Amino acid sequence: MSDEEDDLILSELPDEELVPQMMDDLYDGMKEEVEEGVNILLERGWTPYDILTKALVEGMAIVGVDFRDGILFVPEVLLAAGAMKGGMEILKPLLVETGAPRLGKMVIGTVKGDIHDIGKNLVAMMMEGAGFEIVDLGINNDVDKYIDALKAEGADILGMSALLTTTMPYMKVVIDTLVETGARDDYIVLVGGAPLNEEFGKAIGADAYCRDAAVAVETAKELIMRKHNRGAD
Amino acid sequence: MTDLLSELLAERDWLLGDGATGTNLFNMGLEAGEPPEVWNETHPDRIRALYDGSINAGSDMFLTNSFGGNYSRLKLHDRQDDVFTLNRIAAEIGREAADASGRKIVVAGSVGPTGEILEPVGTLSFNDAVDMFQEQARGLLAGGVDVLWVETISAPEEFRAAAKAFENLDAPWVGTMSFDTAGRSMMGVTATDLVALVESLPNRPIAFGANCGVGASDLLRTLIGFGKANPKLPIIAKGNAGIPKYVHGHIHYDGTPELMGEYALLARDAGARIIGGCCGTKPEHLVAMKAALESRPKGDTPTMEAISAALGGFSSDSDGVGGPAAPKRERRRRRG
Repeated sequence: MSDEEDDLILSELPDEELVPQMMDDLYDGMKEEVEEGVNILLERGWTPYDILTKALVEGMAIVGVDFRDGILFVPEVLLAAGAMKGGMEILKPLLVETGAPRLGKMVIGTVKGDIHDIGKNLVAMMMEGAGFEIVDLGINNDVDKYIDALKAEGADILGMSALLTTTMPYMKVVIDTLVETGARDDYIVLVGGAPLNEEFGKAIGADAYCRDAAVAVETAKELIMRKHNRGAD
Repeated sequence: MTDLLSELLAERDWLLGDGATGTNLFNMGLEAGEPPEVWNETHPDRIRALYDGSINAGSDMFLTNSFGGNYSRLKLHDRQDDVFTLNRIAAEIGREAADASGRKIVVAGSVGPTGEILEPVGTLSFNDAVDMFQEQARGLLAGGVDVLWVETISAPEEFRAAAKAFENLDAPWVGTMSFDTAGRSMMGVTATDLVALVESLPNRPIAFGANCGVGASDLLRTLIGFGKANPKLPIIAKGNAGIPKYVHGHIHYDGTPELMGEYALLARDAGARIIGGCCGTKPEHLVAMKAALESRPKGDTPTMEAISAALGGFSSDSDGVGGPAAPKRERRRRRG
């Protein structure tokens, strides 16, 4: 692979080769190369939004599929997410400047009583890697902390995580409070954690239960798209 | 000088491990969100009762209440300055309980993961992880544990960091990983990988194995994976008492004592020499496990069919050994 002849000069590639190459570089977690690709596309006049959606987000979607299928594992996915984040850092101010639609903002944290945060951290990292904005509330969040953050941040998505069977019922308390205050429909509510399942997610009134971080990303993308479509009606 | 665990392993074909720590403490009134390690200070009587539960059920070893007792975990509760003390007390209570039992019982100092992701994927450096494990292990050793017991690890780097910390302290240790993602650890480690990892360490553990994870069936499949890699070290099995179910607003683990008895027999048939439980395992499960192990001789390595018939199906098709489930994607050229 490392033959001299195999050396690639990204800036010499036409767009239709550069974009797939960037996806491969994302897949391999090559942050500097992804950043270089983003800068080249900007120079070529691509809009920041097109670079984000057509190169980076699509590239991360492939990573997500292979994670789901057991081909990639967490370390590879986090490296890819890190590379994606490198590209995002460049695009972020430009996206704001150009008024591009944002992918979505998620408030995330483990529920009151739950101190197990590794799953939540993985979801946060992968969501960020997929281009979402993340507000991480950390562990042990009560209903007020979630709801205050959702409002203050103007978030689109609420993500709640629990590892303990004793703490997962608290998710229902948060959702019930959203319902009581008439704010339930303002947010997409995603729940996850080892002892949960789809049935539980439905029973407590979440929009979806997400089995793992890759599913969380896919579900968030899908539900955000549906929400936008609804808004356009 | 031989440590007590090695001594018992030399004398006996199998040892009965202990049950759960966290889920049993919840049953004693631990509030969700409270760090269990703080109870070493505030409720030493209950921690003693936890240990006595295993001892009276016939366990040959038990883990101290110190799983989350490292700097990074305790910092979440602003108790990071008490790492040494909380671990020392956890061990002292255990030492007293074991010494009062009149039997040879191994006090094993539980060391859980840091909860952080190590470099290069994450931000925690290897050396910082070693320091964290070492600080915790010092407290446990000061309180009189017989062996250090690192468990529920997912990442090979973190396993190595713990090994390095214990090497620095010249302490006997064992280590287990959790295999909960399509037969692998969350970080992609297979059963075969773990065998290669422990055999390659300069300070090899006394024993190694699997704990927690998904259900008992998956854990047994992992044990068989260990066996296929011909490990020289004894194998540990600490599986959960079934899978938590949410039934009519209540949660319970679906593993009955009878099922855990079956699990114990199958674990021994699959090659484990230290057999205990993890989440959901109560003293009554341990009693059933011991009775089962004493009532029947060791059999042949079970087939996958025998395991799923006795304990239920697997959470994934493969145990992750033998390469990825699907071929790697075609890679394009890349600069050298």
